[in-house]
Amino acid sequence: MPQSAEAIKDHVSLFREPEYKEMLREKRINFECPHPEETVREISAWTKTEDYREKNFSRKSLVINPAKSCQPLGAVFCGAGFDGALSFVHGSQGCVAYYRSHLSRHFKEPTSAVSSSMTEDAAVFGGLNNMIDGLANAYALYEPKMIAVSTTCMAEVIGDDLHAFIANAKDKGSVPKEFDVPFAHTPAFQGSHINGYDNMLLGILTHFWQNMERNPGGSINIIPGFDGFCVGNIRELKRVLDLMEVEYTIVCDPSDVFDTPSDGTFRMYDGGTTIYDSKAALNAKATLSMQEYCTKKTLAFAKEKHQETASLHYPIGVEATDEFLMTVSELTGKSIPDALVRERGRLVDALADSMSIAHGKTFAVFGDPDFVYGMCRFLMEMGAEPRHALATNGTKPWAKKMKALLESSPYGQDCEVWPGCDLWHLRSLLNTAPVDFQIGSSYGKYLERDTGTPLIRLAFPIFDRHHHHRFPTWGYQGGLQVLVRILDKILDRLDDDTNEAGVTDISFDLTR
Amino acid sequence: MSGLRQIAFYGKGGIGKSTTSQNTIAALAEMGQKVLIIGCDPKADSTRLMLHAKAQQTVLHLAAEAGSVEDLELEDVLRTGYLNVSCVESGGPEPGVGCAGRGVITSINFLEENGAYEGQDYIVYDVLGDVVCGGFAMPIRENKAQEIYIVMSGEMMALYAANNISRGILKYANTGGVRLGGLICNSRQTDLELELAEAMAAKLSTKLIHFVPRDNIVQHAELRRMTVIEYAPESKQADEYRALAKNIHKNKGKGVIPTPISMDELEDMLMEFGILKSDEEMIAELEAKEAAQKTMVTA
Repeated sequence: MPQSAEAIKDHVSLFREPEYKEMLREKRINFECPHPEETVREISAWTKTEDYREKNFSRKSLVINPAKSCQPLGAVFCGAGFDGALSFVHGSQGCVAYYRSHLSRHFKEPTSAVSSSMTEDAAVFGGLNNMIDGLANAYALYEPKMIAVSTTCMAEVIGDDLHAFIANAKDKGSVPKEFDVPFAHTPAFQGSHINGYDNMLLGILTHFWQNMERNPGGSINIIPGFDGFCVGNIRELKRVLDLMEVEYTIVCDPSDVFDTPSDGTFRMYDGGTTIYDSKAALNAKATLSMQEYCTKKTLAFAKEKHQETASLHYPIGVEATDEFLMTVSELTGKSIPDALVRERGRLVDALADSMSIAHGKTFAVFGDPDFVYGMCRFLMEMGAEPRHALATNGTKPWAKKMKALLESSPYGQDCEVWPGCDLWHLRSLLNTAPVDFQIGSSYGKYLERDTGTPLIRLAFPIFDRHHHHRFPTWGYQGGLQVLVRILDKILDRLDDDTNEAGVTDISFDLTR
Repeated sequence: MSGLRQIAFYGKGGIGKSTTSQNTIAALAEMGQKVLIIGCDPKADSTRLMLHAKAQQTVLHLAAEAGSVEDLELEDVLRTGYLNVSCVESGGPEPGVGCAGRGVITSINFLEENGAYEGQDYIVYDVLGDVVCGGFAMPIRENKAQEIYIVMSGEMMALYAANNISRGILKYANTGGVRLGGLICNSRQTDLELELAEAMAAKLSTKLIHFVPRDNIVQHAELRRMTVIEYAPESKQADEYRALAKNIHKNKGKGVIPTPISMDELEDMLMEFGILKSDEEMIAELEAKEAAQKTMVTA
């Protein structure tokens, strides 16, 4: 027996015991119809060739490992950013289990969202009854302050009308008439999680603003967008804005609910933008989006309401943070305090100290369109060279904007932009046009295994490393964090390359 | 945009709904209105008389070619037809697969988001048959069509469909602003057709917007892929469509929440007009027929 109660082996060592090795070998031979090892090696080598890359890129109807998720995930993330809000997804249960687990695996926190549990009969007769019962149950069981309704593709395919359904449910007394139930149609087969975020936020703001009169004030709204680092980043935003003494509202703030303290009390809801603040946000002078591609429709709506609008692309590093602070300063008339000027100087100093390490290193970057933009911009600031910039949910206009960014620096000249491509495309790229490092989500670890390109985890989702989301990537402080993450990987790699005694260790230096 | 009127034509398949709608639109365009037609029928024949073409390339067909709807541009799907009427067909999947209703939702969202509605006076949806699923109800949902016109005739199934469509409208009327604009009777020359159409309209608490008589000139025009307005502008039938268009134009904001009737009430009404016979009558008729056959055999 390989396993015993006295010395429990975890799966890493357990499955290497002779009994398991034999069992898995038997299973392979008897049930998996394996090809000879030589064939496997041959095909594996072929998938790394130019010939295969060409075939891979002529793929039309198949997506393999997309670096994106579906709209309702973004809607659930958005719902989590409001005080006492419960995300209610109209559709099938399994989908909602996925949003919960996806967010929980990244944030290492429980994620609350409910579904209307549509089954076969609901698909035939429509999901009205599921909405009526679901809202009543969710309201009674979980005592939310508001319920944010989105949809899975099942409800979208049959064309359930949320506006009418919610009104009908209120007529039937599922929730009180005046209870807030904003909604958004979020078909999973269109766009990605960033559109779901946008649609849900638009739904929430439309719900609160539609019958209100705007009374313009001096405050500004900041929309952070869909961000795996929201916990660290939103806290950093607040610190910086407080330093500037700006009057602001973070519209959609999940930084507390995704980072609740362990003190014996379970918090299903924690923090978030309050209903009062969401309504008052209509009176803001301006709305600033930290991620343009997450907020296209929402910003257009703010503009319709006669607010000034501005948007950024996931600001990492010196120049991007400068732009953020100057935009805030311009919108509010507040000056940038000395404390921040000093922070800036420290980041510039750190970049200068490590210039020689990062200089000329080549990178592949994948993730959401705004992230890829912000990341490439920072890499070039470091003197590193992005070579592949890939966003599965990137559009052609995004690609155009990326190219303009890359052309603005000598370090971006050799970079290609890949909108709409997936991680299997990236695999071909890393095999045929290799780079030193890749920056992206945990899903890049398969590319690391297949192509030997070390992965730096800086994009959602990060399932296999803990707690990085508690630290910022935005602002000068965030820039420092990102810089250190990249430098650590470069230097670890350098040590690995130079540690063979008597062979390579002439460069195994104590001081780098 | 406040002046924009969004209306929809519904009706049983084969009733001449697309012909009626296109002739009405041509008449509206003649009156100087800017119109966009959105064909919501997988057959994609809602714009052929405007474009003088067999069938327009549909949004879904083009989206399938381009990879996805997001890859489409407005000019790919929008065609300009007779009297500068803008034409779009939503299209649908191959028979027996997929979801045609979803196609309607996708197309309408795409058109709205890409600004196809800007600068128009009228958006006209031409929708297949009954309200068979949520997708085909899309035009009657919030912020879409405000008035629904049901094309019908004096035939039983057409009346049944008109009642069913009213039930669909009623479902959304309380939560949104959709109203029943009225009935349009496209004559099949059945007995007491006008009276029946008026009675049906009264039952639904609406009115008969226009009674379009039957005229072969419609078929002649259609063979040439034209509206009567274009093919025979001087004809009496063209004036009928002009009258219909005027009535619809005048009917702005006068729609009602329909009062659909039960299946029993509908059958009673049809019996009253002699379209449907009662069980006793049918049995008596059958017996008389069999008796007649028997006498023939014995003779």
